Amino acid sequence: MKHKYLRNVATLCLTAEKCIGCGRCAEVCPHSVFVISGEKAVIKDINSCMECGACAMNCPVKAISVNASVGCVAAIIKGWFTGSEPSCDCSGDGECC
Amino acid sequence: MKMSEKGTCCCAGCCEEVLVTPYDEKDMWIAGKIRTQAGIVPVVSTEICFKDRLGAWKVRWGIGRMNYRVSPGLYAVGTPDESSPVLVSANYKLTFDLLRKELTGLDCWILILDTKGVNVWCAAGKGTFGTAELINRIAKTGLSQIVSHRRLILPQLGAVGVSAHEVTRQTGFSVLYGPVRAKDIKTYVASGYVATEEMRTVKFTVRDRLVLTPVEMVQAIKISLSVFGVMYLINLFAARPFGLKDFIAYIGAVITGTVLTPLLLPLIPGRAFAFKGALTGLIWTAAYVFHNNWLAPESLLLGIGYLLALPSISAYLAMNFTGSSTYTSFSGVTKEMKIALPIIISSLLIGVVLLLIYRLA
Ligand code: SF4
Ligand code: SF4
Repeated sequence: MKHKYLRNVATLCLTAEKCIGCGRCAEVCPHSVFVISGEKAVIKDINSCMECGACAMNCPVKAISVNASVGCVAAIIKGWFTGSEPSCDCSGDGECC
Repeated sequence: MKMSEKGTCCCAGCCEEVLVTPYDEKDMWIAGKIRTQAGIVPVVSTEICFKDRLGAWKVRWGIGRMNYRVSPGLYAVGTPDESSPVLVSANYKLTFDLLRKELTGLDCWILILDTKGVNVWCAAGKGTFGTAELINRIAKTGLSQIVSHRRLILPQLGAVGVSAHEVTRQTGFSVLYGPVRAKDIKTYVASGYVATEEMRTVKFTVRDRLVLTPVEMVQAIKISLSVFGVMYLINLFAARPFGLKDFIAYIGAVITGTVLTPLLLPLIPGRAFAFKGALTGLIWTAAYVFHNNWLAPESLLLGIGYLLALPSISAYLAMNFTGSSTYTSFSGVTKEMKIALPIIISSLLIGVVLLLIYRLA
């Protein structure tokens, strides 16, 4: 069963003119947000984006921007109070954070 | 003991044994050592022993989980040579165990980055599993003398912290992002480094969620101890003191928020975690209030108080689980919190006030 989270919130943005169609973004995205269609990357499913930042990090021409941060309540609250970037101090296991 | 004669030092006299990776021979998971151009590399076993299992269990229950790590550096599995693949991973012992137990029969190298004992995904998010550490670790281990190819296999989730083209530019090594799960690595290597869509997709199965719940519950119960303390103090003055039933009602709400909601996650209606938690919390509370007949006129305040307070607790705990989930975004959680927190706090406050009036008056 595919999990669904809130819609229309992701800050992911693709500048198609810059894209050289290398396919890295589609390769690294853990939620299959991108597809490569005719030499260019296309955002197929923006609502599945978890803003991890992997695509932007690995795009060789900086065609992707995303406000990458952790989606974690404790970290966000801490961020609100300290005014800093949210960061999690967990060391959970498996794939979590 | 497995040894490889490949890359043994050439001449007598120059053979001071250099360790590529510091290790402790007494560790059960060290199976031997291997000589390479760059020095001695420890060979790791692909067996998981009792001690590893015990360690994993403790970590899952939140006992000493900040200090479960292996030394960063290069390790060998089987009898790798200069053409064997190089897998990159984190120095969290649990991650390391999960990886090595899937590598039986494979000859490969494992490059462990110093992620301060944190798993790949979290470490990548923080940047400790990152471009700089990878480049630094390649240099420190002398990897380019040990293998003749220039290919690294990273877990896909590491992509959050590593910029592949940057690594290639600075070290000449190209980065392949492998499967998300360690169990797919053998198939991936055997197929000539092709990761299927299935291998690339992050799932969040019932099992994945189940192993995360103990830590959530232990943390919630730690905080609850102070709640019990306050209940005890109130009992000193209360006309109608808290009893076992209150305890059950409260613990039920905690379990609903930390265990039940995460487990049933995709089955519960709604998208926001707080909503899901509030819903299951409300079902629990309503059932228990009804069972105890707390909506009868003489205990109406108690019934309503719990109906307001307990679902808010479940909602908050469920919302906390976003931190463990693998699909919630920062923007999403922020939005959810901005809406949910004021409701949770006011509902909790009103509920608690009603309870206090009932108990003290
Ligand atoms: S930020 Fe992460 S989840 Fe979102 S599109 Fe990029 S890689 Fe995919
Ligand atoms: S990584 Fe960048 S250049 Fe490559 S396909 Fe994606 S957007 Fe285009």
